[in-house]
Amino acid sequence: MNDGRRLFVARGIRKSYEVPVLLGVDMDIQAGEFHGLIGENGAGKSTLVNIISGLTGVSGGTMTLAGQPLHPATRGEASDHGIRTVLQELTAVDTLTVGESIFIDALPHRWGWLKRDDLARDARPLLDNLGLTDLDPDQPMSSLGIGQKQMVEVAAALSQPCTLLILDEPTAALTDADAEKLFAALARLQRDGTAILYISHRLDEIRRLADRVTVLRDGTSVASKPTSALSTDDMIKLMVGRAVSEEVTRETPPTDKLALRVRNLRSAPAVRNVSFDVRWGEILGFAGLVGAGRTETMRAIYGADTPQAGDVFLGDDDTPTPVGSPQQAVEHGMAYLSEDRRHQGVLGHLSVRINMSLASLRRLAGKMGWVDHTAEHAATDRLIRRLGVKCASPDQPIERLSGGNQQKVLIARWLLREPRILIVDEPTRGIDPGARAEVHRLLAQLADAGCAVLLVSSDLRELTALSDRIAVLSKGKLVDTFEREAFDAERIMAAAFREHVGTDHQAERPAH
Amino acid sequence: MREGLSLVVVLAVLILGFGLMSDSFLSSASFSIIANQLPTALTLAVAMTFVLVVGEIDLSIGSVLAVSQAVLGVTMAQLGWSWPWAIGAALATGLLAGMVNGAVVVRWQLPSFIVTLGMMEAARGGAYLVTDSRTQYIGTDIEWIAEASLLGLSAPFLCAVLLVLAAQTVLSRTVFGRYATAIGTNLEAVRLAGINTNRVKLTIFAMSGLLAGLAGVMQVSRLASADPNAGTGFELNAIAAAVIGGTRLMGGKGSIINTFYGVVIMGVLATGLTQIGAQDPTKRLVTGCVIVLAVTADFYRERWSNARGLAKTGASS
Repeated sequence: MNDGRRLFVARGIRKSYEVPVLLGVDMDIQAGEFHGLIGENGAGKSTLVNIISGLTGVSGGTMTLAGQPLHPATRGEASDHGIRTVLQELTAVDTLTVGESIFIDALPHRWGWLKRDDLARDARPLLDNLGLTDLDPDQPMSSLGIGQKQMVEVAAALSQPCTLLILDEPTAALTDADAEKLFAALARLQRDGTAILYISHRLDEIRRLADRVTVLRDGTSVASKPTSALSTDDMIKLMVGRAVSEEVTRETPPTDKLALRVRNLRSAPAVRNVSFDVRWGEILGFAGLVGAGRTETMRAIYGADTPQAGDVFLGDDDTPTPVGSPQQAVEHGMAYLSEDRRHQGVLGHLSVRINMSLASLRRLAGKMGWVDHTAEHAATDRLIRRLGVKCASPDQPIERLSGGNQQKVLIARWLLREPRILIVDEPTRGIDPGARAEVHRLLAQLADAGCAVLLVSSDLRELTALSDRIAVLSKGKLVDTFEREAFDAERIMAAAFREHVGTDHQAERPAH
Repeated sequence: MREGLSLVVVLAVLILGFGLMSDSFLSSASFSIIANQLPTALTLAVAMTFVLVVGEIDLSIGSVLAVSQAVLGVTMAQLGWSWPWAIGAALATGLLAGMVNGAVVVRWQLPSFIVTLGMMEAARGGAYLVTDSRTQYIGTDIEWIAEASLLGLSAPFLCAVLLVLAAQTVLSRTVFGRYATAIGTNLEAVRLAGINTNRVKLTIFAMSGLLAGLAGVMQVSRLASADPNAGTGFELNAIAAAVIGGTRLMGGKGSIINTFYGVVIMGVLATGLTQIGAQDPTKRLVTGCVIVLAVTADFYRERWSNARGLAKTGASS
């Protein structure tokens, strides 16, 4: 598989924005090699990818590709050298068709007129190659789920000749089945001699797929070794400089007092029938396949969407509490951390401080609605320290922070508000093991302090480590609930598929 | 801060330039022309800045100004109302128009460009209907407002300056101002944070209408008459002034003080060009170029200051 020819060489790559992000990265990728790149959030992985794929310039250092100096100024220039990239954040344009999205940088045309037949014909094999046989090149991107959009982006990357394919967290939004299709396609590419640079926080994937691994820590490459020479624990130690435990310890068991009851919730089309209870001090996990209606359930409870039917009871009230808007939900002590950080969480160009105080401004304000800057600074500085948010200053725009640090700021936004019922949707998606352990510890602390936590996650290890009970949704129905002592990955997965048995698998709906 | 400084530099260059090209420009006469026009333009530009910050637009302010002054003119000149009631009716007209804009935008989630385009036509029609398409002459019953002076400054001028200070404080110091900026940056994130985004937007549209009414009263007091054709194109001047002052058309960023500089730059440009003998077509051509130049310069200034910030932190670390 590895013919020993060096395809890509980077030496002493440096990059500074407000603060230095890369302090000197060395990396060698052999032709046809599957090269894993790992590191904590903020270690500089995405910056390195942006540099290699021409999205940003370097502050110092050299790169060569097949022996020739490489300094791409644009993504198009990198593409001309055969470097194709699948970025971490989705760049899908909802109004384009699948085919148009795949060939967005080289649409077949005559005198500017789009050649639709060519488009469909050329897109078909690319889709089939990734196992997307049920997608039609003419269907709009808006009809796709987040996982399918991610796969279409992979197809787009493969639409042009490619000697080095870079994938930044490609499986973060994928179901296991889709991920397997992607891995099979990558294996075929690798056989044909394409080198793959693969970034992931899922170390089991890296262990399984990569020939060699480069580890970044605080902007430097601390190791570059064959995967076989590294255990998972070794990788984590190299990434964080210390050992991280996946174990979460709970001090206080859940109470037996009801915090929230949901009865016969329906919210078309994704939620068909959901009923459950949560107690104070309990973490209730929600498992299910993509499109099972977990996010939609949470949005309906929180008042972000209006449900068709069903009742929400707060505490041990016998009369249901109408929650018609997020504003009312927050007044009742609820908080909701969305799975879509970028579109539903961060205020991009505004400061870390403004992002953090958003939900509690009224409490931090004096009479007449004046913002009390002293109180605001004190509160946000305290949380930045407590959560270890890495930022140049509290006045730095949040969009300059790494994904994990952005997530910490958004969690801090709700901690400041002191919610009694906290809904978290995929709280550790795309964030590194160190930050992930910190988020887990925080959620456990909140439950210990009496908060009721609703945890939606596609990561079964996360669910089983944190939850007191796990509810399983399948095609919009709550089909089963497991007590902690009965947690069993196989039985949970079986429950998640229950409503799919005997029906067309294609009926699985996208999440969005 | 640095942004305001560069606008002051542009302003100084313009004043000096016109001073050199025309003997009469650096005189109290031309400054009083500018100062007279300022209150109306400033009031509208303040309204527009708020609307733009929240990520919307209000194209109707010129027409709302016209219908408000039509109400003022008819109630005073024909119905013989006393000035406090007539001014109250004019302001209420503006407020109502703004509330309708806001209510339609937030209730049906429609683009404000379309909604306020509709209001722009409707309010203009209203101005013609109310006045029977005739200019209403009021005379000294209203003129005294523009003449009333404190240290040689007219009441509308003082009113507009106070408005700028108040608006800047609201935008930068209050919860409401913070919400407006946040909504212009990411509406859905703010809504999910439990904030009533509709109320903030509605308030801003209502305020925009009210300020358009106020601008109408200011203009009537200066001209002593109400013209149903008044205010045509004023909304575009307000947008230009806000944008010269660095307001982001996409929302989420804006400063009332910088909008103030934008208005003064537009005023100096118009008066200066007249003084050096430019005809209307030339004036419009030059003004158009200046607007685009200002926004382009803003783009490079931002990049440059980012690069400098980078060099500074790089050296200190």
